Amino acid sequence: MSDQKAPKRRDFLFTASYAIGAVGVGAAVWPLVDQMNPDRSVKALASTEVDVSSLEPGKSITVLWRGKPVFIKRRTQEEIDDARSVKLNDLKHPEKDEDRAKNPEWLVMLGVCTHLGCVPLGDKGEYNGWFCPCHGSHYDTSGRIRKGPAPKNLEIPKYEFVNSNTIKIG
Amino acid sequence: MSDQNYVPSSKLGKWFNDRLPLLSLSAHLREYPTPKNLNYWWTFGGILTFCLIAQIVTGVVLAMHYVAHADLAFDSVEHIMRDVNYGWLIRYVHANGASMFFLAVYIHIFRALYYGSYKSPREVIWIIGMIIYLLMMMTAFMGYVLPWGQMSFWGATVITSLFSAIPLFGESITNWLWGGFAVDNPTLTRFFSLHYLLPFLILGLVILHIWALHVPGNNNPVGIDLKKPSKDTVPFHPYIVIKDLFALLLFLIVFAFFVFYAPNILGHSDNYIEANPMVTPAHIVPEWYLLPFYAILRSVPDKLLGVVAMFASIFILVILPWLDTSKVRSAIFRPLYKQFYWILVVDVILLGYMGAMPAEGTYLLIARVATAYYFLHFLIILPILGKKEKTLPVPLSITEPVLGGAPNPEIVKRKEIYH
Repeated sequence: MSDQKAPKRRDFLFTASYAIGAVGVGAAVWPLVDQMNPDRSVKALASTEVDVSSLEPGKSITVLWRGKPVFIKRRTQEEIDDARSVKLNDLKHPEKDEDRAKNPEWLVMLGVCTHLGCVPLGDKGEYNGWFCPCHGSHYDTSGRIRKGPAPKNLEIPKYEFVNSNTIKIG
Repeated sequence: MSDQNYVPSSKLGKWFNDRLPLLSLSAHLREYPTPKNLNYWWTFGGILTFCLIAQIVTGVVLAMHYVAHADLAFDSVEHIMRDVNYGWLIRYVHANGASMFFLAVYIHIFRALYYGSYKSPREVIWIIGMIIYLLMMMTAFMGYVLPWGQMSFWGATVITSLFSAIPLFGESITNWLWGGFAVDNPTLTRFFSLHYLLPFLILGLVILHIWALHVPGNNNPVGIDLKKPSKDTVPFHPYIVIKDLFALLLFLIVFAFFVFYAPNILGHSDNYIEANPMVTPAHIVPEWYLLPFYAILRSVPDKLLGVVAMFASIFILVILPWLDTSKVRSAIFRPLYKQFYWILVVDVILLGYMGAMPAEGTYLLIARVATAYYFLHFLIILPILGKKEKTLPVPLSITEPVLGGAPNPEIVKRKEIYH
């Protein structure tokens, strides 16, 4: 036999068989993996409408959306001024308050700490916003991370005002 | 080995053994030559086997009464406690059994660290052991979620959220793990399924662990290779069997103390409050056996690096046989290693304590120093120590020092050898 083995018919058959076999195994395994993803009934609960007419300035409510708490805060003028006077350079995850709260009086965000998913406590912490008791993340009055291990600001979900009293989340 | 020529005495036995050599296996297990100087730290292998069987038996029984559903799980656990005959006993044995299992496994692991049992030719035993340990942690974590109390729910949220630190795919992975957008019913049902499965994988790995052990045979307190069988060994049965059983009885006294006198002392009272996704408990604390890793996670101020550090602290144990460069196994003959060993023990206990405390101020500072030392021990101290340390002379056999032929008479006086 020569040193340089030219690929034979048999080699081609082996490689082709392995390749087809791998595709087959992959096709069989994928349903077993994908069944763990959020199912249709979970996805169907995608939006919630909340009546916020009874909310006084400075107060907030927490509602459940997709199994997660959502904070709806009606901010006081002082809190809005606090949030808007911060320089972007001082922020770990720079976002303008104007972009986070389209209507400055209303702040709607997920009540899920971006560190490891605890629910932060309201009107607490060094920046008078939210404080996560689990691992000590401090958020300001715009829900932006200011201090602690969390990498990002509290997430703003998709929402809209259906009318002046009702917010639709999702 | 003598068992290879084993011939059953009865005709039926011989007929069966020729077709399936179970009797040969049993003869091997009875005659398996064991170092005669094994001390009581070596009895924890047997104790661990007992713990695994006890968890499987009580777990199978609990699953007959438990309901894996977010609306019913909490009540079904109370139903087990109040209505099911002896349900309180079975559940307390299972819940405290997890703690006892970890207590025994930590002693077992630290014994291996002291006597160098992970070194050549026992690396594979050690690695299988570490996989078992990892599966134990996963099983225990998922089991803790099943009662669906506040600590169950929030512990599950924090631990599964660790995966959200993965760049790019983090969110898809957590949603996949949860089967939703938060920990909820789909999470509970899959955890129940896996909690039932994993112990049987552990059982399989335990068999491999023991199989791998029976190839080179046990390490021993002086950490030398032995001729087997010889004057230095005794048959496993009855010598080791009786010693293991006696140690198990002593262990069961501790076990029974927790089950009957302090069944909830190792748990967290918040877990008697039903899970509520709107309220996070003031302090989320994992079970005591996971606290050192939790402290490492929290001591790193960056999310991704914290998670990396926590997994690295476990992975580093897997590659330990190659980090420890010393040829001498037992710490008895390694005067410096012995000191570093005890510093590591204190360091890990300190980490565990810091994991239970709030992550702020002095606690955080101490946790950071202890985390740094943990990695320093394995990555810097061990590799250098193996090259620099002046070890004491090692005896040629277990019997030799007794007969006065030790290279250094001082070793004869060391009482550790004669436990």
